[in-house]
Formats: sequence, C-alpha cells, structure tokens
Amino acid sequence: MDQEHGNNDRIEETEKAEKPSVVGGDSKPAAPVAAPRQEQVVAERMALPTRVNEAGFSRLSRRELLKVAPILVLGAFAVPSLQESLLKHGLGFSDWASKQLFRRGHLAPTFQDSELTPLEKFPINDYDVDDPGVIFENWTLTVGGAVQKPGEYRLAQVQALPRIRQNTRHVCVEGWDVIGRFGGARLADFLAMIGADTSARFVTVGCADDYYESLDMETALHPQTLLCYEMYDQPLTREHGAPLRLNVPTKVGYKQAKYLTDLTVTNVLDKIGYWEDQGYSSFYGL
Amino acid sequence: MGSTAIEIVRQNGEETEVVGRAVYEHPLVVRLCHWVNAIALFVLVGSGLQIFRAFPSFGAKIPQTDLLHWPKAFAIGGWLGGALQWHLTFMWIYLATGLVYLGYQLFSGNYRQVLFTHRDVRGVWPMVKHYFFFGPKPVQHEAYNPLQKHAYTSVIILGVLSVLTGFAVWKPVQFSWLAWVMGGFHWARLLHFLVMWAILAFVFGHLVMVLLHGWNNFVSMLTGWKKDPEY
Repeated sequence: MDQEHGNNDRIEETEKAEKPSVVGGDSKPAAPVAAPRQEQVVAERMALPTRVNEAGFSRLSRRELLKVAPILVLGAFAVPSLQESLLKHGLGFSDWASKQLFRRGHLAPTFQDSELTPLEKFPINDYDVDDPGVIFENWTLTVGGAVQKPGEYRLAQVQALPRIRQNTRHVCVEGWDVIGRFGGARLADFLAMIGADTSARFVTVGCADDYYESLDMETALHPQTLLCYEMYDQPLTREHGAPLRLNVPTKVGYKQAKYLTDLTVTNVLDKIGYWEDQGYSSFYGL
Repeated sequence: MGSTAIEIVRQNGEETEVVGRAVYEHPLVVRLCHWVNAIALFVLVGSGLQIFRAFPSFGAKIPQTDLLHWPKAFAIGGWLGGALQWHLTFMWIYLATGLVYLGYQLFSGNYRQVLFTHRDVRGVWPMVKHYFFFGPKPVQHEAYNPLQKHAYTSVIILGVLSVLTGFAVWKPVQFSWLAWVMGGFHWARLLHFLVMWAILAFVFGHLVMVLLHGWNNFVSMLTGWKKDPEY
C-alpha cells in the first residue's frame, strides 16, 4: 500500500514538472523529473529558476502574506473586554510554572554577617501604618482550621521551638533587595506542634493592621520559612512586625506578613492576600 | 544556500520579457517568529519600564537615588501590578518564539543565512565604510551582508541573555546558580535592564535601515519573497 502511494506521489510530481515553465504562482518550483536524490533536486532548482508572470507573483505573495495573518490573534490583548481575562490567565500560567519550579529541598542562598544590610537601612514597607499598636501583654496567635489543637498561642510557645537564625535576601516586588538577619521558629515545627493537617493546601495569616496573606503548604513547610520574632538577633521592632511576622526567603516581600494575629490551615481560600487580590501574583515564589 | 530564485516575467505577444527576480528569503516559521517576537518585545519593554518605575534605581533602597524618571506615558500596564501581569504573560510568548526560532534555524540549516562567522569578519569594515563614511558599496553574494549578520547574530545572543537575566530576576532562589553567575539578584536586575537597552539600540538601527532602503526587505519579512535582491 505504502509503496504504491509513494509511486503515485512521484507520478504527480513528474506531471507537474512537465508543465510549461511559466506557472501561475506555485509557492515552490516544480521538482525536476528524474532526480529523486534530494541534493540533486536542490541543485537543479537553483540552476533552473522558475518563471512566474506578474499576476502570479502577486498571488503568490498574497498567499504567503495570509499565512502570517494568524499573528493578528495577539490583537486580542488590545481588546478591552478580553484583556483582563487574558492577562489573568497569563499570570495564572506564570504562577503555575512557579509552583512547578519550587523545590522544598532547595535552599535560598545565605550570606555572611559582613554582607548584611544594616538594620537601619532595612526598608519598612506597610500598606497602612508602621505600628498598628499591638498590646504585647495581651497578644496571642489565634490558630484555627485544619489543626488538632486550635486556640490561642503565646509568643513563649513559639519561642520554645528550635530557634533558627538565617542571613537571607529579602526581595521586594518593587525591585529593591536587602540582606537581613532573621531569627525565629520554623513554621513547619509550629505546624507540627499545633497538629496541622499538612495535606491541606494553604496556611493563611491575618495581621493586626488588617493585612492578610496566604502561603501554599509546600512553601509553609520549607525549612527556611520562619515564624520570625527576631531581626539582627534583637526582638522584632514594632515597624518590622512585632511581635511575630513571617520570614519566607523563597517568596517576594509582600508574602512576608507582619504583626501576625491569626493563622489558619485550610484547603479553600476565599481571599489570597492583600496585594494578590488587587492583581499581583498569587504564588510569587523567588 | 537554499535561496530559491524565480524570474518574474511579462508576456508581450510572442515575447517573454523578464521584468524582475525574486528570492524566497524568509521561511514561514521565521516570519511568524519575527512578528510575534516584535510584538512581545514591545510589550516586554513597555511593561518592563513600568516595573522599573516602581524602583528606578540600582543602588540601595535607603537612601534611594533614582537613575531616571521614565515617563508613564511610554510604559505599559499603568501600575506595578498591571505591568507585572503583562510582563509575566508576554515573557512566555517571547520565550516560545525564541525557542521555536532557534530550533527551526538549527534543524533546517537556515541559520547559515544569518549566523556571523569568521568568514564574515573581513567584510565588516567595508560595510561600515559604506554605511557611515560614504565608501563604495561592497558586492553582495547572499541575503545578508557581514554587518547585517553581525547585527542579527548579536541581537539573538542578546535575546538569549534577556531570557537568562530575566529568569535570574524572576527566580533568584530556584535558579540561584543562574543568579550567582550574574553576581546575585541585584546584578541580574541591572544586567536585565542593560540587555534591554542593547536590544533597543539594535531595534533603532534596524528600523532606521528599514526606513532608509528597506521596502523590499520589509515586504519580504511578510511574504517571504524578496523582490529584486542585490545578489
């Protein structure tokens, strides 16, 4: 069958080649008759230019132009009613790719003490106020969701977990970066302590200034993800998020919420995060 | 290599008059990649500059010294979040066209048309003399002269660098080795910015050349066929 089919093809080509040399716009010159070897075909094509009349050339050009027309679909990005949805999907694809690239065992680079940005040059970014006025004596972390031991947790309970200190880079979505020294308990250890269902998808946090954030479970369990209560070996200052903040070297800055008041383990997000809900990347892993 | 020349003829009664020649210079894949990439580059530069506006510096955040105030009117996205949406969407289109283009050029052998090699070195100076110092026009035997090959090869390298520096900025942790090669996130961001300006310099020269004597070139990037080539 195949053999026969191949023969038929050749006969067709032979017929084409026997047509007069002035053709009305075939996109490729006809193959010569008795030259099945590819190199010979090419050689003879170059030696014997095909001729087309002017109308034929115009037709040929138009046909080739039409083949490029599919790029016009990119014009959909300029249509206001489609733009938002297209960009949302584009960002969604980026976030999906980010998630695939994330490896829980891959550590963010760490730095020497000599490379640290001095604390006074560590920027303070808030969406609202530098100091939401947390009353430390009354402060607890309210834990809920898919955990075995929900309730109110005191700072001392967090501090009783193994203390991790790390010099890592803090990258802001705006583009600036600093190297800071952070100390605290691994979020993974805290999740173990509260009996969290780590097969749940997210850990969400709420803050004293009404800021809110969420982390995917993979990132929450990363060994460098900290419930941070120290910067530069000193207790957190109010403007850096006292008494407790997130330090997540595998995430961009806005994920690293300050002045934490509650923590929930959940499979469903009704809100992603303060900035994410305005159009920023949901995952933004570095 | 691979140039398929045809003669354009006019029939005057019995006589057949050759009125022009045409060469199939740009395969469809190359043409598609060229235009998709042009659009993607436009969006990436525009949105990239809007992202840059959020922190227009490569120094410290405290104290911050701005490098330049890029006007919002010449940026895409309106605000940082919007610009990031454009940037993180079109970077995939840019990457895809780049990979398709490179793959096609490599496997089809069409790269020989554009790749600058040691054989082209000698021809660069005569072309520079011709373009900038009114020197005589060197005879051309192929689609691109040595200076063009140099420009096109360079911009492809710059394209690869824009992707690599971009990945280092986007994923300085997951691609920490890549960021490390560039000196860390901070330098990768600066390099990404500089590569953009280098590409823009190419685009400027490219557009000037097309405007000066490029109508047939321009059409050939749409239809594939270059009318009345110089070779």
